[in-house]
Amino acid sequence: MNRVRSFIEGWKVRNRSRIREFRLSLHYFLKSPLAVAGLLITLAIVVVAILAPFIAPYPDVYVDLQNKYLPPSWAHPFGTDDMGRDIFSRVLYGSRITLEVGGAVILVAYSIAIPLGSIAGYKSGRLDNLIMRFTDMFLAFPSIILAMAFAAALGPGILNAMLALAVTWWPWATRIIRSQALVIKNSYYVQAAKASGGSDFYIVLHHVIPNCLGLIMVQASVDFGWTVLVAAALGFLGLGAQSPSPDWGLMVSIGRIYFLTKPWLSLFPGIAIFVTVLGVNLLGDGLRDVLDPRLRRR
Amino acid sequence: MDVIDLGMRAFLINRILWMALVLVGLSLITFFLAFVVPADPARYFAGPHATNAQVEALKRQFGLDRPPYEQYLLYVWRLFHGDLGLALHTRSPVLEDLAVRVPATMELAIVSIIIGTFVGVFVGVISAIKKDTVIDVIARVFSLGGVALPGFFLALIMQYIFYSQLSWFPAGGRIDTDIPLQQITGLNLLDSLLTLNLPAFLSSLQHVVLPALCLSYISLATIARVTRSSMLEVLSQDYIKAARSKGLSNFVVIYKHALRNALIPTSTVIGLTFGNILGGAVLIEFVFRWPGLGMYVTDSFLTVDFAAIMGTTLLIVLIYLIVNLCVDVLYSVIDPRVNVMQK
Repeated sequence: MNRVRSFIEGWKVRNRSRIREFRLSLHYFLKSPLAVAGLLITLAIVVVAILAPFIAPYPDVYVDLQNKYLPPSWAHPFGTDDMGRDIFSRVLYGSRITLEVGGAVILVAYSIAIPLGSIAGYKSGRLDNLIMRFTDMFLAFPSIILAMAFAAALGPGILNAMLALAVTWWPWATRIIRSQALVIKNSYYVQAAKASGGSDFYIVLHHVIPNCLGLIMVQASVDFGWTVLVAAALGFLGLGAQSPSPDWGLMVSIGRIYFLTKPWLSLFPGIAIFVTVLGVNLLGDGLRDVLDPRLRRR
Repeated sequence: MDVIDLGMRAFLINRILWMALVLVGLSLITFFLAFVVPADPARYFAGPHATNAQVEALKRQFGLDRPPYEQYLLYVWRLFHGDLGLALHTRSPVLEDLAVRVPATMELAIVSIIIGTFVGVFVGVISAIKKDTVIDVIARVFSLGGVALPGFFLALIMQYIFYSQLSWFPAGGRIDTDIPLQQITGLNLLDSLLTLNLPAFLSSLQHVVLPALCLSYISLATIARVTRSSMLEVLSQDYIKAARSKGLSNFVVIYKHALRNALIPTSTVIGLTFGNILGGAVLIEFVFRWPGLGMYVTDSFLTVDFAAIMGTTLLIVLIYLIVNLCVDVLYSVIDPRVNVMQK
């Protein structure tokens, strides 16, 4: 017990500056109502996704043709859809798909982008040129069209949509990380590490990537929002998740033909997409303001 | 002066060569994606009741029985002769289809960019002046809405409110079908003005309002955000203090001294959002049945119509690249401090 306590004390002393920095960041973060709202929304969605099977009053996939197209009521807060399914429950379950798709795409895209971007920025020269020209090729597309092209070529389905999105996303992330790595490369601490004999690999791993993490966090949360939007668009066009999945984009698409007479079919899944993307964007903006010391003073 | 021009020329040549390379790479990717897909275009074109022999004959006719690289070279050869192949889902040449669709998308994009720029700059300036007040928060949430609201969902809501409930605007299309309009440029608004056709103008205007509003909301968010931050930066500059200490009115300081300089970054962003507009148009056109590039590309993807997909993606990327090149060049004209040659 004593050993644990002394370890914690030692850790506190060694990381004094980091703890202070964290407290300061937290202070600024909590001062911004929009950032806090973003954090709360994001947390709420994560909680809903985890607890969906316990809090949803109905399962996500079933057929109850007796109760088709019921408008919102106490029994069905968001109404029922064309198969008589409870839309509220399906929206709750849909949060799982959204988080899975967004999370997986960001994970794949960034595990390509972080090594490529930091190496391109740090090593510059030929390798940098090669990587950047390659990303330029992908950036020449509006991303939705590229994602549609890959999704159409791979065939409709949620996994293929995820793959298409990851293929679309890594070039953007790579560019942003590279630009940060370029700045870090010229910093004194990297020069010092070089002078004391650090290998390129060591410097990229211990100096370049850790110092990109703040930017990566901000960018990943904003990208998460974009991913959710494009995944929803693919679902809406029939190129993403397939029926009977409770994917929000697909649900909006199913309700589209009834929208003028029975708007609740599309309305609630649409709002769910909006709230999710708004939440992560507010969170990303808040993090950006906090992590960039120049913006704090403003 | 000569040196600068030379640099500019080298830059342009470099960029145009690069654009050509991108297009070649892109055409290769999309072309070979076609061979990964299990769909059989000849069978689709022949219809459900065709015999195998008929499908084989069609394959020979389209050259689908040859090896992929031969087909690609044939495609490129035809491309340079202005032949983009036959779109299976419309059963007409892709080039003819595109010639009708491009002006429709252009019209929509131009109207949306105009709306997005004016509203975006206005919102950005207001939220910079009223920084950290309720107005600023409302303005920021409003512009964030453009990022967070799925375009297709916004389009449905607009249809519900303005078509179904209020019946102010039509639900889709470009112009009422019973109104004759002589085509000159393909831009309905412009054509109806040129031919002094008032009913056609009003009808086109009515049809363009909803899709253009939806589309402009996407670019508006980015424009407002950039204007806000550049305005904040400019407002803290010494020359603004100097202008204020001269006793100039708040209005003159903000609109004459600050806004002009703050608009430099905004102008590039307007060019960049053009890409978003082209992408967003895909969904907006799909919902409003606006007969433009977006609807065409969606229909081609959904029917796995590769000649149409290739033609359209090549064209969209070409437009996108040209716009970005223009933005880079314009940027160095507007702001002489920026040197395009240094990347």
